[in-house]
Amino acid sequence: MNPFRRTLLGATAALLLKPFAALAAWSKDAFGAKSAADALKNLGVSGPAPSRDIVIEAPQIAENGAVVPIEIQSNIPGTTALVVLIEKNPFPLASRFSFLEGALPFVKLNVKIGETSDVRVVAQAGGRYYTATKEIKVTIGGCGG
Amino acid sequence: MAAGPMKMRATLGSGYTDVRVLMTHPMETGQRKDPDGKLVPMHFIQNITVKVNGKTVVEGEISQAVSRNPVFTFRVKGGAKGDKVEVSWLDNQGETNRTEAAVA
Repeated sequence: MNPFRRTLLGATAALLLKPFAALAAWSKDAFGAKSAADALKNLGVSGPAPSRDIVIEAPQIAENGAVVPIEIQSNIPGTTALVVLIEKNPFPLASRFSFLEGALPFVKLNVKIGETSDVRVVAQAGGRYYTATKEIKVTIGGCGG
Repeated sequence: MAAGPMKMRATLGSGYTDVRVLMTHPMETGQRKDPDGKLVPMHFIQNITVKVNGKTVVEGEISQAVSRNPVFTFRVKGGAKGDKVEVSWLDNQGETNRTEAAVA
């Protein structure tokens, strides 16, 4: 593969995408962070307080780490964002959702988990941060748990 | 595998509406190798937007850690039969797709 051509393609794509990029921001630094602490720092989260009002529904043991269903919900009044981190993944930050007027702070999604790990959820409510974790065991080799 | 069509269903609950959406997408992490041993380049959805009757209600940023062919459920306050729900995504290679459904 010709590296120059790659660069050129990339540059062209970047130009074409400019209008989109302006609309849809993606927190590159936070998503590129290799530790959960760095990812949170990049998102501007500091000192999240443990909370029992964040509900994480997920299997305790995931037989297939490629598709682990997790359902998260915040019962903290005024929650405007939920962040999901899988602490042991190479890039821990998995997603960040902002809930605007009209949406409930709830999301269900499937994630990839490389090895047994804590899944950390951080909720933002009124400029403050709250957190909860749940450990999910992953059966390596997918032979069942 | 290339990115493909989406499917969505919006169903009325009690006091909320569940929006369940499926996106056909490889969600390549950039760490997987093809049968020839070459790394498959990263290709994953980065941004998701959920709109109800034209108004944005959820904005999501996701990483390659979301499973292949992502399925999401979002929950919208209230809602009424016939409300128009629209979900769109944008990936790291600039591909984009959107789908629409009425609340049933």
